[in-house]
Amino acid sequence: MRASTVLSRFRNLFTARTLVIGVPMVWLFALAALPLLIVLDISLAHMNITSVSSLWQWSDDELTLKFNFGNYLYLGDDSLYFNTYLSSVKYAAMTTLYCLALGYPFAYFIARAPSHLRPMLLMLVMLPFWTSFLLRIYAWKALLADNGVVNTTLMNLGWLATPIHMMHTSFSLTIGMVYAYLPFMVLPLYATLVKLDERLLEASADLGASPLKTFWLVTVPLSKRGIIAGSLLVFIPAFGEYVIPELLGGARTLMIARVLWDEFFSNNDWPMASAVTIVMILLIIVPMALFNRYNDETKVGEKS
Amino acid sequence: MKNLFGRSWLIAVFIFLYIPIVTLVVYSFNDSRLSTVWTGFTFKWYVDAAHDRELIDGLIISLKLAFMSGILSVIFGTFTAFVLVRYGRFKGRTLLSSMANAPLVMPDVIVGISLLLMLVALQKWLGFPERGIPTILLGHALIGTSFATVVIISRLREIDRRLEEAAMDLGCKPFQVFMLVTLPLIASALVSAFLLTFTLSFDDVVVAAFLSGPGSTTLPLVIFSRARLGLDPSINAVATIIIVVVSIGVIASSLYQLRSQKRRQREISEAYGQSSRS
Repeated sequence: MRASTVLSRFRNLFTARTLVIGVPMVWLFALAALPLLIVLDISLAHMNITSVSSLWQWSDDELTLKFNFGNYLYLGDDSLYFNTYLSSVKYAAMTTLYCLALGYPFAYFIARAPSHLRPMLLMLVMLPFWTSFLLRIYAWKALLADNGVVNTTLMNLGWLATPIHMMHTSFSLTIGMVYAYLPFMVLPLYATLVKLDERLLEASADLGASPLKTFWLVTVPLSKRGIIAGSLLVFIPAFGEYVIPELLGGARTLMIARVLWDEFFSNNDWPMASAVTIVMILLIIVPMALFNRYNDETKVGEKS
Repeated sequence: MKNLFGRSWLIAVFIFLYIPIVTLVVYSFNDSRLSTVWTGFTFKWYVDAAHDRELIDGLIISLKLAFMSGILSVIFGTFTAFVLVRYGRFKGRTLLSSMANAPLVMPDVIVGISLLLMLVALQKWLGFPERGIPTILLGHALIGTSFATVVIISRLREIDRRLEEAAMDLGCKPFQVFMLVTLPLIASALVSAFLLTFTLSFDDVVVAAFLSGPGSTTLPLVIFSRARLGLDPSINAVATIIIVVVSIGVIASSLYQLRSQKRRQREISEAYGQSSRS
């Protein structure tokens, strides 16, 4: 390589373009990527009483790598972890399904509402979303408690003799999760359903399909994008949810974020907490990649 | 029939969405300490909340934090969105877009613990930073950047690039074009991004719990630790105030957006009307 090309390459490093690209690159790398690499590092580290030793050892002018898969082996060994991951996936999947079942018709009817009503209906969906998530979850405690609003109302109406125990069960956990994540399902669904070409539905009806058949064979496939986006937006955060199980779930509700939290704050076992985190990331990496691809596809699609 | 079914579905889901909020508001005026039975109307929980040092301090910290987080998020979100929309293909584009997307869906516990472990590592090598408001700010600004990016990207794609090209043809430098043409065109998106990221920061428990230190207990952290213990009527009062303020803000901003949208459309049609007349 000639000296001048080296020089021009060097100069190219400092163009406005690279500078502008560099700002978000450095910012996001330092806060999003680097921390995860450090977690990976610590998950492979040894723990002694005073400190956590890194996987990189620098001694006698020599760099050695000491892998320790002990934390991961322990994760695989103890069935508690396996059951917790499984139960987190189960709750997240259930939340996603219920949100879809509840949210699809909801988004559909908003999209089919008269166009002057739609902004107002959308605002009504967004309003709870803007008011504190924590406070709305907290409110469910007052609703579902043994002497709570739901039980007292049902008993005053005479429909119930003794209160049903709902708080701190998987029922209260599920209701809280569905409640919190419903808007994340509704908004992407609405975005695809509102763009649906109504002539296609008419054509289907003209060709003799029943409304149900039209819905299943035309509407649903055309809103696939919204279904996938909404499901991912619900499933991934629901899998790692901490606050809702802590406030509404039972003491024995198995959610992986709680295990991670305890491992970190109560047991002070950082390498173990890191290993739990890394396995969590491995479990959501496929849905996350799908989400990224979906986001990128829309970009490319709009450009062309 | 179908319409009736649709209408009742809408109403049922809206009731589901609003029941907890209505409950909070109603019980903030309930005289009983047990917030589940109605015994009479009172303002005492509001008085209690106003004298509650812990709540007030938390509120002040949260407001400061949310404001700074909103500003940082909008700045870095604008950079990220601009690069992703305008710079086409470049080395590391996929990396940048996945780094920007990740905090959007990544569970909060992962964001919290990974940032904390990095800060601990930094502290070991450099001796700073101590955990406190600045470290929470980093966490909130990271998540905020992702959300701001999404909001700004969608507006950036809508704007007419010919306006920027015209400015270039008239001799503007790229930076001038950005400041004088692009920025005013995306201003409304920047405002929505700020409001969204402000709210996210104001609401976050998990990231703050990992990154807070002594003297940096945010309002959600106070509420969360009390909510774990049981029900506390003064939280209902705080909740009601927050709900009222936020609702007014959301309604006002959507009315404003609706009006400016209509005005923009009217201006466009007027402009075209004039050009066709001449």
